[in-house]
Amino acid sequence: MKITESAKKRHIRTAFLGGRAIGAILPILIIIGWEIAAILIDNEFILPRVESVLAILAAPTVDILGSGSLIDNALLSIQRVLMGFGLAAAVGIPVGIVMGYWKRAEDFLDPAIQLFRPIPPLAWIPLALAWFKTGIVSMTFIIFIGAVFPVLLNTVDGVKSVNRTWVESAFTFGASQAQVLRKVILPAALPTVWTGLRLGFGISWMCVVAAEMLPGTTSGLGYLIMYAYNWGQSQVIIAGMIVIGLIGLGIDGLFRAVEKRQFRWRGMVR
Amino acid sequence: MSLSIEHVSKVFTNEMGEEVTALGDISLDVKEGEFICILGPSGCGKTTLLRIIAGLDHPTGGRAAINEKEITGPTPEMAMIFQEYSLYPWRTVLDNIAFGLEVQGVGKEERYGRARKYLTLVGLEDFENSHPYELSGGMRQRVAVARALCVEPQVLLMDEPFGALDAQTRNTMQKELLEIWKKTKKTVIFVTHSVDEAVYLSDRVVVLSPRPSHVQEVISITVPRPRDRTSVEFAQVRRHVLSLIQGGEEASQ
Repeated sequence: MKITESAKKRHIRTAFLGGRAIGAILPILIIIGWEIAAILIDNEFILPRVESVLAILAAPTVDILGSGSLIDNALLSIQRVLMGFGLAAAVGIPVGIVMGYWKRAEDFLDPAIQLFRPIPPLAWIPLALAWFKTGIVSMTFIIFIGAVFPVLLNTVDGVKSVNRTWVESAFTFGASQAQVLRKVILPAALPTVWTGLRLGFGISWMCVVAAEMLPGTTSGLGYLIMYAYNWGQSQVIIAGMIVIGLIGLGIDGLFRAVEKRQFRWRGMVR
Repeated sequence: MSLSIEHVSKVFTNEMGEEVTALGDISLDVKEGEFICILGPSGCGKTTLLRIIAGLDHPTGGRAAINEKEITGPTPEMAMIFQEYSLYPWRTVLDNIAFGLEVQGVGKEERYGRARKYLTLVGLEDFENSHPYELSGGMRQRVAVARALCVEPQVLLMDEPFGALDAQTRNTMQKELLEIWKKTKKTVIFVTHSVDEAVYLSDRVVVLSPRPSHVQEVISITVPRPRDRTSVEFAQVRRHVLSLIQGGEEASQ
């Protein structure tokens, strides 16, 4: 057992190092190409120099054109995402469990869900504005719409695909329905639910940036890059985009790290 | 302990809407401490019969009873060991074995104490903190046996528990199972389609006919244990059982 384990680790390590070395080439080329293009174009509005963007990124706590610093705006965006995403999880997980567990509930709810699911969250913006005006409620609503379906549908899927033998084993030991739900179905479905949360969070992050570009908004990373556009500050736009990307990547990495640690058994079930 | 199966039949409806008789009319009495194998060709409904005894399925006719009371659902007198994939991969070996006691509300200290006892019985005391996916197929089935024993049932129901193992491991597991059976004095009902396995293990082999199945013959095996697979006696019994199975299959064609 130990031998296979260490062999596996060694394999992963070499693959990882090799992969990282080759994976760094293209981003470096892109940055060099960007810098050359910027020098040739020689127009800070069309394409700012790399160092102008780095200068903005290097001072994340400094106020930008009176609209707050990068960090202030990033924190606001994260806060908004957490509200909408939290609500989506609070609704999507329990409803998903009920639908996965009771066929009747699924038959009742699924057609309606399939009806709403293909509508992009951004298509809800006009109605959100009509109902809730510009502000945190509208944004929470949009993010909720974006995140709730992946969370819900993955939960349904996770609960439904729980191995029958696991459930039957529990019943032969005299477990009650509630015990089977708590001790078998939930832990068995958790990895799939987690995947739903990760996907839902990715969509939430896109939604918040889009929602912050709406007229009437006065803060957040989406607002910051739109505001910078109005002032012709392309280096701020790109710096903002980089921060948006890095935060998305970082949070996705957190989800993945938990997945790796907690749900190692998935994919190894034999 | 008394276990009786009285005229049990099972009819189910398939996807085409046709009625399929899985079990014709099965009667059987199991004695306390007996090792019984239910043997039959695949698709003869032997697993269905075991599931009815376990309380996981209900017969459409007749009844199964343990200690004079009809079986209508899982009861603590019996524990089941499935072919595979029955352990919880997110739980450690010890927590898997203690699962039955946990759902019965037994306190942590006591259930771990008892779980360790059975872990030692199956020879896996060094693996209590491992997860099932870190174990070999044979080790996993040892854990499943320990988990079933841990709730101290009177009857062990085993549904082709060694069916997914390689021949070598399978033989070892059979030997160990007999040792455990001797030590714990449980009644065992063991479903298999392997004639060799049935003859090696059982006090009595119940041979089922193909669908709609009935009990074709019950053979008492008197070859003394430990049984030697290469002995003439063993070969004779095996040949007899094999002819029954093959005869049954031919009759159905």
